[in-house]
Amino acid sequence: MSHDPTAVGTTTGATTDDITADDLPTLPTDRHTGCPFDPPEGLTALSDEPIRRMRYADGHVGRLVTGHATARAILADPRFSSRYELLHLPVPMGGVSGEIPPAPAGDIIGLDAPEHTRYRRLLTGKFTVRRMRQLTERVEQFTEECLDAMEQAGPTADLVEAFAQPVPALMICELLGVPYTDRKRFQGHVATIFDQTADAEATGEAYTALLQYLAELVLAKRAEPTDDLLSDLTTSDLTDEELAGVGGLLLAAGLDTTANMLGLGTFALLSNPDQLDALRADPGLAGQTVEELLRYLSVADPLLRSALEDVEVEGALIRAGETVTVSVQAVNRDPRRFPDPNRLDIHRKATGHLAFGHGAHQCLGQQLARVEMAVAFPALLSRFPTLRLAVPPQEVPLRNRSNIYGVISLPVTWDKE
Amino acid sequence: MSDPQAPLRLGADRERCAGAGMCALTAPAVFDQDEEEGLVVLLHPAPAPEHRAAARMAVGLCPAGAIALGSPDS
Ligand code: SF4
Repeated sequence: MSHDPTAVGTTTGATTDDITADDLPTLPTDRHTGCPFDPPEGLTALSDEPIRRMRYADGHVGRLVTGHATARAILADPRFSSRYELLHLPVPMGGVSGEIPPAPAGDIIGLDAPEHTRYRRLLTGKFTVRRMRQLTERVEQFTEECLDAMEQAGPTADLVEAFAQPVPALMICELLGVPYTDRKRFQGHVATIFDQTADAEATGEAYTALLQYLAELVLAKRAEPTDDLLSDLTTSDLTDEELAGVGGLLLAAGLDTTANMLGLGTFALLSNPDQLDALRADPGLAGQTVEELLRYLSVADPLLRSALEDVEVEGALIRAGETVTVSVQAVNRDPRRFPDPNRLDIHRKATGHLAFGHGAHQCLGQQLARVEMAVAFPALLSRFPTLRLAVPPQEVPLRNRSNIYGVISLPVTWDKE
Repeated sequence: MSDPQAPLRLGADRERCAGAGMCALTAPAVFDQDEEEGLVVLLHPAPAPEHRAAARMAVGLCPAGAIALGSPDS
């Protein structure tokens, strides 16, 4: 028996004054046990309540959202702000657990309308469904080149290094106008920025170095424009600093997210041979498979918002100033929205997942990511019909402490013809 | 519940649109995005029966609530 029955399981209807932060759960992030594709066990255990109180890294009492409908409502509601300086971190990130500085120039994720809208409008036209589809041929070309190199060098290969990283990196570099040959200069910085275990100093240095690199590039583009997004943007009213910031954000997002979806996604498919066979038998399922993998893996997590005023959601009163953590991985496994959610099933209609977020900030690059994945997975599987893990699944190293989940490496092998 | 094939009148609000392209992806016969800003373009405010289900789905998926059913304006 608990010595204090009121402290257990009764937090829902309580007002902020009734409870102390110590009674509350923190955000479970420990994935070390169990299936590498499932959300942390502690998180799944909380998912019966779509919204609940939670303790943040700095002691703040805010909310955790694990319900799909609740998440959609909050993310689409302009009364919830994305401004960094209003947020509290659910877990320490980049060595920071307390106050977050405001968004630096060009970092549109940390802004609200109308500032956010101004930047976003400059960019959306460059990432339309039609434009991204026109890139399909380039993606196919890059994919084949990477597969050629992998085939020649192997077997075996680290799929992350040979395939999952280079395909999206080549694409985002070409789109932005960043020389791919410079990638050694920024790839490490990007990994550090997303690494929750890096200390504040290391994260700050990585960020500064990335921006420094882009600032040089922006100057070069102004002097000599080429046919790419950064050059295009030099004709807008953005300052050099804003341009470097926007470029850094797009580069980081474009490099790391899709790369982790490709690496972890391949791992998931190899671990589910029935699904793998179904996709091999019918490459027409590629689009649907991509949606299901996005839902099932939800690599970019969580999303944060802060209430600008008192808002009632699902009978819960969220007070002005409270931070809400939307756990995308929990939301995308909400059984009320996706039946049998813990099953990877490429025949299901997974559209409506929130892997790209929701609301005004929904991922700008999502159509590019879709094209890349819809090309890459089938190409990989048809090139290597006998592709399999080269190590036992438990030995695949996971990115347990990164804001973008994935595999650190994925040793694979295949039979040589 | 409502008949999925019932006639449909759509409205699109370009001020609210976030340019995420879910509409053009889901119901390409009904929605497009313009080339400059990537904002929603409503191709058919009263879509043909075979496109109505996709159009309804697009309304549900739009992240910004920028497209609506039964809006009096086009
Ligand atoms: S889905 Fe909504 S936000 Fe996205 S382009 Fe269409 S109308 Fe705009």
